[in-house]
Amino acid sequence: MQKTESPEESRRKLDKIVSDLTRSILLKDELTRFWFFILIMFAGVGLWGWILQIKNGLGVTGMGDYISWGLYIANFVFFVAISLVGLLISSVLQLLKISWAKPVSRAAEQIAIAAVALAGIIIVMDMGRPDRLLNIFLHGRYASPIVWDLTVVSTYLAISLLLFYIPLIPDLALLHERMGPELPTWKRKLYKVLALGWKGNDLQFKTVYHALRVLMILIIPVGLSIHTVTSWLFAATLRPGWDSTIFGPYFVVGAFVAGTGALIILMYVYRLRYGLKEYYTDMHFDRMGKLLVLVCLVYLYFNINEFFVPVYKMKLAEGVHLKTLFSGGYAFMFWFAQIVGLVLPILLIQLKFFRRPLPLSLISVVILLSAWFKRYLIVIPTMEHPFLPVQNVPESFHHYKPTSTEMLIMLFSFFAALLIISILAKLFPVITIWEVAEEQGIDKEYLTEKSNTQ
Amino acid sequence: MEKKTRRNFMKTLGASVGAAGVLSSGSLLSACNRVEEVSGDKITLLTSSGELVVVDRSQLKPAELPSLTENQLRGRKGLPGRSWVMVIDLSKCRNARECMKACQSHHQLRPEQHHINVLQMQDSEDTAPYFMPKPCLHCDNPPCTKVCPVNATFKREDGIVLIDNERCIGCRFCIAACPYSARVFNWKEPRDAEKYEGVTYNIEANVPQKKGTISKCLFSADCLRDGKLPSCVSACPNGVYWFGDKNEDAVTNGTTKETVSFTQLVKEGAAYTLMKELGTRPRVYYLPPKGQEASPIEGDHI
Ligand code: SF4
Ligand code: SF4
Repeated sequence: MQKTESPEESRRKLDKIVSDLTRSILLKDELTRFWFFILIMFAGVGLWGWILQIKNGLGVTGMGDYISWGLYIANFVFFVAISLVGLLISSVLQLLKISWAKPVSRAAEQIAIAAVALAGIIIVMDMGRPDRLLNIFLHGRYASPIVWDLTVVSTYLAISLLLFYIPLIPDLALLHERMGPELPTWKRKLYKVLALGWKGNDLQFKTVYHALRVLMILIIPVGLSIHTVTSWLFAATLRPGWDSTIFGPYFVVGAFVAGTGALIILMYVYRLRYGLKEYYTDMHFDRMGKLLVLVCLVYLYFNINEFFVPVYKMKLAEGVHLKTLFSGGYAFMFWFAQIVGLVLPILLIQLKFFRRPLPLSLISVVILLSAWFKRYLIVIPTMEHPFLPVQNVPESFHHYKPTSTEMLIMLFSFFAALLIISILAKLFPVITIWEVAEEQGIDKEYLTEKSNTQ
Repeated sequence: MEKKTRRNFMKTLGASVGAAGVLSSGSLLSACNRVEEVSGDKITLLTSSGELVVVDRSQLKPAELPSLTENQLRGRKGLPGRSWVMVIDLSKCRNARECMKACQSHHQLRPEQHHINVLQMQDSEDTAPYFMPKPCLHCDNPPCTKVCPVNATFKREDGIVLIDNERCIGCRFCIAACPYSARVFNWKEPRDAEKYEGVTYNIEANVPQKKGTISKCLFSADCLRDGKLPSCVSACPNGVYWFGDKNEDAVTNGTTKETVSFTQLVKEGAAYTLMKELGTRPRVYYLPPKGQEASPIEGDHI
């Protein structure tokens, strides 16, 4: 942080930053419209699937009395996993004072908010009686992991929203001051209201720093518990494949892998679409790549523990489960997730070439896909092999095949998540303006004054 | 069939009418006020075991069924001082499946829903296959009730694990938690839903069933309250089931009606419980399938 520049220099720099970082808000081309159209359409179609399901009962899904959790729960776990990137990037890395992570943290929070919100919605969609949701508050039993899960999911959502909002306040005041008629009046008004009368004096900045620090520390236990508790939904049962003591940390690390992958993809899209090369630089991708290798390595370690030890013992019921994963019907998914989605990325990302934006983003797509496979494999195969034989039920109860309604609802969850991210990007800058300005040595006093170049 | 006095018949009928509630309560009451008159007016009623009967309207009598909340309250408490147990003698099971049929009609189940399921088991390649009826084991350390977020499934004082389908939110966590696959879910509209419409919910029979909620074996808690044996137990033609009260140390055979000491039966028969290493402590005991001749396995019956 050097402070040697003249006021003009500072102002010019700030103008450039503001014009770069507001591109996501101002962009009004065909593509944006098309993108929103697609999102809303698919999310709407998916929602219609849910209406059908409410009308006809969960019988419209491929689930049965034996495989009684399916795509929904797999998606739930997937979304909870992805949301944990908020914790990693905008809390842990910030607390460690890793400065390159600053411009990425708002994108990470966008993902966290969208994913955790959808996780909550999916749980309701999976319920046989969503109309009785209130029973959880009326008759909630604190001994049930589901109640813990709902508690931490909502707390995590609240803290994530605050972590998104508080650093946004100075930006909002700045945008309100500087942006002219190019912005619709309602947006300016919105900024004004949300800016809460921000003046930008030292005291206010001190409050913001302080609040952020408290939140960053608070979110760590909450974030860790949201995924740990999610893993307990499975680990609290006696079923082979779920009855594992390392499920908590195993899920948390897996979440870091999935979330980091998702963030890299989002960064790449923003960089391309909003011309943010100077903000999401090659260096950022390089660092994200290294972070990805690190979490992948830890995840690999957990995977080896989770599978090698039971394979060595081959207990009866456990053995049946492991066989379906290793060489049975799920072998493709399993090995894809392990080799293509884990081992290969670890090897490739070690090479500098693969830490460049495009290759890294492509690898992240594969990682995200196999992360989803992994969640599917956690939920479904275990249920296909209960302790006692499955008899005297229709053939469809023996195996799980998602139906079109489930696909529709899954479509909804993905498009709704993207929609939330897109709306956030359209409403607010995707990178914190004042932090970038601070990083570039621009004095805070310029932030709140009106633009003079217009 | 044992002989029934007229009064007895009326009593059962009254209860059935109340349970079925096919008539609107107004006309039921007015009809019941004139119990002994012969009107010649015939109506069709649904009994609690799922049969349709035609009776004269004048024979109707009001049933004394408590209100929903009262029903749920007493259903949650259980029968004081009791501790129900079941002993299943595998050596006697011939796969007659009468238990399954009786159960399905008692609890308004679809053909693919089983509160009790007769499984074809074979413990190892070298041992003989045998038939094993499997109800809910009413575990004393039940993994299923622990995970329920709303206390919709619970353990009563008398050892029975019940369900309140007026409260269940349909999360199916209890299915995931039960290691014995004892639970079924109403994925669709339950069987004969129209017939049971408007019937007061009886938590001890879990009838009427509701779409989107859970169900499972209840040891026919409604029958126990009436001093009768569970439906499956009395339906078995082969004397497989013994049912009774552990506190009294007496179990009765559903077929022969013979009553013996529970401890003796279990001890002398070398009874065991299913997967006891899981620590669920089932209330259903099995006598080993000694000498059972399981006919060659022919595949599923639905
Ligand atoms: S057998 Fe299953 S459903 Fe029945 S009490 Fe035990 S765990 Fe619960
Ligand atoms: S399905 Fe119903 S009974 Fe089972 S755990 Fe959920 S709420 Fe409780």
